[in-house]
Amino acid sequence: MRRHGRLLLILLLLAAAILLPLGQKTYVVYVMTSWLIFVIAAMGLNLTLGYAGQISLAQASFMAIGAYTTALMTLAGWHWLTALPLGLCLCFLIGLLLGYPALRVKGHFLAFVTLAFNTLVFLVLRNEEWLTGGTYGLVGMPRPDFGLFNTDRQLPFYYFTLAITVLAALGLWGIVRSPWGRAFKALRENPIRAESLGVDTRRMTLLAFAIGSAYGGLAGALITPLVQFIEPGSFGLGHSLRILLMVVVGGAGAFFGPFLGAGVVILLPEVLRFTEGYYLIIYATLVIVMLVFVPSGLVGIGGRLRQKFWPRRQLRADMAEGAKLP
Amino acid sequence: MTGSAQTAPVLAIRGIEKSFGGIKAVRGVSFDVHRGEVLGLIGPNGSGKSTLFNCILGQLAPDAGSVEVNGRDVSGLRASDLNRLGVGRTFQQLSVFPKMSVLDNIILAGQEHHGSLLSRLVGAPDAGLTEAAERLIAFFRLSHLRDDLAGSLSYGQQKLVDAAMAFMAGPSLVLLDEPAGGVNLTMLGHFRDRLTAYNAEHGTTFVVIEHNMDFVMSLCTRIIVLAEGAIIAEGTPAEIRANPTVIDAYLGG
Repeated sequence: MRRHGRLLLILLLLAAAILLPLGQKTYVVYVMTSWLIFVIAAMGLNLTLGYAGQISLAQASFMAIGAYTTALMTLAGWHWLTALPLGLCLCFLIGLLLGYPALRVKGHFLAFVTLAFNTLVFLVLRNEEWLTGGTYGLVGMPRPDFGLFNTDRQLPFYYFTLAITVLAALGLWGIVRSPWGRAFKALRENPIRAESLGVDTRRMTLLAFAIGSAYGGLAGALITPLVQFIEPGSFGLGHSLRILLMVVVGGAGAFFGPFLGAGVVILLPEVLRFTEGYYLIIYATLVIVMLVFVPSGLVGIGGRLRQKFWPRRQLRADMAEGAKLP
Repeated sequence: MTGSAQTAPVLAIRGIEKSFGGIKAVRGVSFDVHRGEVLGLIGPNGSGKSTLFNCILGQLAPDAGSVEVNGRDVSGLRASDLNRLGVGRTFQQLSVFPKMSVLDNIILAGQEHHGSLLSRLVGAPDAGLTEAAERLIAFFRLSHLRDDLAGSLSYGQQKLVDAAMAFMAGPSLVLLDEPAGGVNLTMLGHFRDRLTAYNAEHGTTFVVIEHNMDFVMSLCTRIIVLAEGAIIAEGTPAEIRANPTVIDAYLGG
């Protein structure tokens, strides 16, 4: 019953995502596209942080790796679709390497290691001018053309991004409900117990980083044709923190958290634009209020309301047990 | 069911020694545990029980001696590899996954023993274990809590889930670290009853560390008493109760 309701809600939201941009200004469609791209990046971090419990402040650097790989290859004449797998593989492998420190350090220390990695990638992009164009970045990347379906205009590109977002979400859905997903959650909740039950926690930690990073790479690969101009500044630490904010605001470890979180972080500033100079203040206040009152994220609000208005009968487990047993 | 000399021991401990600084925590302990036995390890605080336990489980590297499980030297193995060799364990403190359902807790405990890494990604979400997990949950009389989050259960129920997890993969040997700790009396009888029934049904070998004497005496088929890192007595619960050395060192108090 609840399952059907949920499926219906998803289909309604998907229909809204298809119909809403029709007839909108190019700019609105552009903002919605970047929302979808950040949803993908946040989904990746949600896997690493929300499900597997490994903090990472380097998601923007994987967007950078995906974006620059796609940019360089499409500029060299490759089709976007052939450039994408390479970018994803590269992010997967580098993510795997970034996972190694996580085997030794946890929590805040891991945050610092990943933060350093983000800075390192930023510096490489800025300094290796022969490859990355330095601070000037790269311009003029073509948008993917599929013959009958050309994404040069904003609306087709939005639908293209939407299709990829849906595929990415389905992929993640498959992962989190598989035994891998269960192992990731176990890794988050009690790694020592998980290891004692046969879970190779080393391997699962590395995989959590690698898969999360590949999602970052996918988001980056979409940024390139969307903006058609990339520079190191777009992938700095601040952006990693924004993606982290999306995950936390949406609800870490909740599958649909990134959709809401990215929505708040990307769309709210646009909505608040009319307040001009105050928008950052209002925005920051809202985030603080939210984190105080709904620490489980926006997705958690639904559950709280349900609990309040339709409370599930909670049997006092220990008393019931006592009554039932001889 | 007690051990017989014909079968190879499930667990063979040979001359385990372990010191911390100048203190000898375990001084050359050796014993065998045979299939189907329920062995209790008792002894006063500081007698070396936990150190020995940790040496068996590879959490500590012994200074000397070896640990064999089903004839295989297991020293230096990682906990996950040891588990895949058929060794289950519980921890002194509660170790369930609180934000996962009881069913998911149990399935997790078995899934790594089935299929390959790839099949665990693309295969069935439950790794084909739902039925087996439900049977185990029913065995521990937890069926009504199947879909509840493990963290929402009472302490005693969580202890049962914790123990059930150790059994899910069908281990040949299960080490229980103070299973009775903090469990109320009603629950305790139920718990012991389930452990005994499991042992009778599956012939699984248990090694139990426990402070609760009534619990350990009624659960175990054989008891080893440690004091100051060495075995001071060994025998059936009745023999141990009557042993003057034990009464002197421990029970009499």
